[in-house]
Amino acid sequence: MKNEDRREDRNPMEGFLRMDRIPHIWCPGCGIGTVVTSFADALKKSKIDLDDVAVVSGIGCTGRVAGYVKLDSFHSTHGRAIPFATGLKLANPDLNVVVFSGDGDIFGIGGNHFIHAARRNMDLTVICVNNFNYAMTGGQVAATTPLGANASTSPYGNFEFSFSLPYLAEAAGATYVARWTALHLRRVTKSIQEAMAKPGFSLIEVITPCVTLYARRNRLGDGLNLLKYYYDKSVIEHGADTRTIDISYQGKLVCGKFVDKEKPTFLDAMNEHMIKILGDKYVKYGE
Amino acid sequence: MKADPKGVLTGSHYLDGDYAIAEGGLAAGCRFFAGYPITPSTETAERFSERIPFVGGVFIQMEDELASITALIGAAWGGKKAMTVTSGPGFSLMMENIGLACMMETPLVIANVQRGGPSTGLPTLTGQQDMMQAKWGSHGDYEIIALSPDSPQECFDLTIEAFNLSETYRVPVFLMTDECVGHMHEKVIIPPAEEIEVVERKWYEGPKDKYLPYKLDKDGIPFMVKAGDGYRFHTTGLTHDERGYPVINAECQAKTIPRLSDKIKDNADKIIMIEEDQIDNAEIVVISYGITSRVSIRAVQLARKAGMKIGTLRLKTVWPFPEKRIKQLAKKIKAFVVPEINYGQVVLEVERNAGGKAATYHVPHMGGWVHDPYDILNVIKEAAK
Repeated sequence: MKNEDRREDRNPMEGFLRMDRIPHIWCPGCGIGTVVTSFADALKKSKIDLDDVAVVSGIGCTGRVAGYVKLDSFHSTHGRAIPFATGLKLANPDLNVVVFSGDGDIFGIGGNHFIHAARRNMDLTVICVNNFNYAMTGGQVAATTPLGANASTSPYGNFEFSFSLPYLAEAAGATYVARWTALHLRRVTKSIQEAMAKPGFSLIEVITPCVTLYARRNRLGDGLNLLKYYYDKSVIEHGADTRTIDISYQGKLVCGKFVDKEKPTFLDAMNEHMIKILGDKYVKYGE
Repeated sequence: MKADPKGVLTGSHYLDGDYAIAEGGLAAGCRFFAGYPITPSTETAERFSERIPFVGGVFIQMEDELASITALIGAAWGGKKAMTVTSGPGFSLMMENIGLACMMETPLVIANVQRGGPSTGLPTLTGQQDMMQAKWGSHGDYEIIALSPDSPQECFDLTIEAFNLSETYRVPVFLMTDECVGHMHEKVIIPPAEEIEVVERKWYEGPKDKYLPYKLDKDGIPFMVKAGDGYRFHTTGLTHDERGYPVINAECQAKTIPRLSDKIKDNADKIIMIEEDQIDNAEIVVISYGITSRVSIRAVQLARKAGMKIGTLRLKTVWPFPEKRIKQLAKKIKAFVVPEINYGQVVLEVERNAGGKAATYHVPHMGGWVHDPYDILNVIKEAAK
């Protein structure tokens, strides 16, 4: 028996990962891997047919997720994961489409697409790994960098106000919004399960340590310490008013499920509306 | 295969070019349209949005052209034939993801109803100033296909052809029309579905675990699958190997990237459509495309009346450029005259291929209106001296 055939040597995530692409490029201590583990776990627990799941990523550290998951997976351009996913979902409505990307990708360069997909209630699950900076390019300041934090292009501290992702998502029309840290493995898993099962636009923000860049510049500790730091700073307040949960520099992190409401998806609304207006002449789409 | 009759509005119609593009798309089997409003192209989107509920498909007005083109790529990988329409400023915004479509080898069709530029330029008035952008607009090395219709009928016909070429070569195809053709109303005959030949996507049908997204078939074009069919494949805008996995080194770049151009270059003879008239004994050949070829007719008639030997060559395909034909002609004729509504774009290709063997004269027009035929005639006369 060869070593790799021995059961105890096999990775439990093997069926889910492209093992021929491992080792991955993420730094030791990075939280993206744990979010991927939660995603894999969510898929396993939900018993969803993996052939029906597609992952779309943009560019950046988290953008590399699409390359490691053994699913139909698309590594698109910077900021455009959501419109790519929109086309994919509308072309094949049977797919469960997950956008897996970072804060810079989804809320910096791609912010406009995020608010419009939320407004339309496009049936997508967006998993946004928020590490508070542009990590792939060396730790530049981002739309999520807290006031006062250091980044490579805010060497004297950030003076720009940052986005609160759940607040933005709710205001734009998302029907499911949650925030966790990467150490809330089981809760992230549960949120992903709920979001994927829910028709409509979902955002799961996961606060994740960027040990190499953000943490180093802000003296937040390394590896596990940082994971634990975020965890310790977190307080769970389900249903918290999203207007009150801004993230401040080294302040508390309000986590939980904030929004979970019902609204017709883009395709449901389209079909219902067209049937009402055009009756039998309308060719119903997606069934 | 034959067109799906659901999308074919068989009959004789009085349509403008923009409408005819939408009808061409529907006839070709396009069932996904994502677009952003921009003059002078909006009628195509309006027509598609009006018609698609009765055909079965999706029209979505996106938040911008970045989203439109990217949604098309997603839709193509979701299994649909997809198109959009735009004009200069929107075309500029699409450029990055046109590169993604080329890199992922994604079939899709973009119509550019050209207006005067640069920048906001002349939103409501004609131009042919995006011809080089169509070829070179995105970064890196790649080839695309660009067609140029000169009438509403041809807007319909060439949109179908654009889809067929795009599916055959797995490449974005541009329909480079302009405001004049886009807003010109003429008779458009839409044939019965069984007379319309459409190319089906090159679907992979082998064993699932053997599928490699970028393994070449005999013809140099890889097979395609769609998301949801159980292949669990990966594709990326990064330089990649046969598996679609990123490989960031010079060797993979040298292996993967030339192919994106070569699949078009090597098939140029099959792709290129040109229309020639009285070229055999010609001393001067007028080369034109789109609306300018219709204006040229008058100039050519006048020149012939004056006893000059004038041939015409109309580019229905602008990219890939008919290099061979221009090289052949350059050996036999005295000069090429190239009128176009820009300050010198396609003329550069003519000049390059003429290689000094025949003179090349440009007849520029800065846009906003078409050439005065006498301006073209004057240059023909000069060339004949």
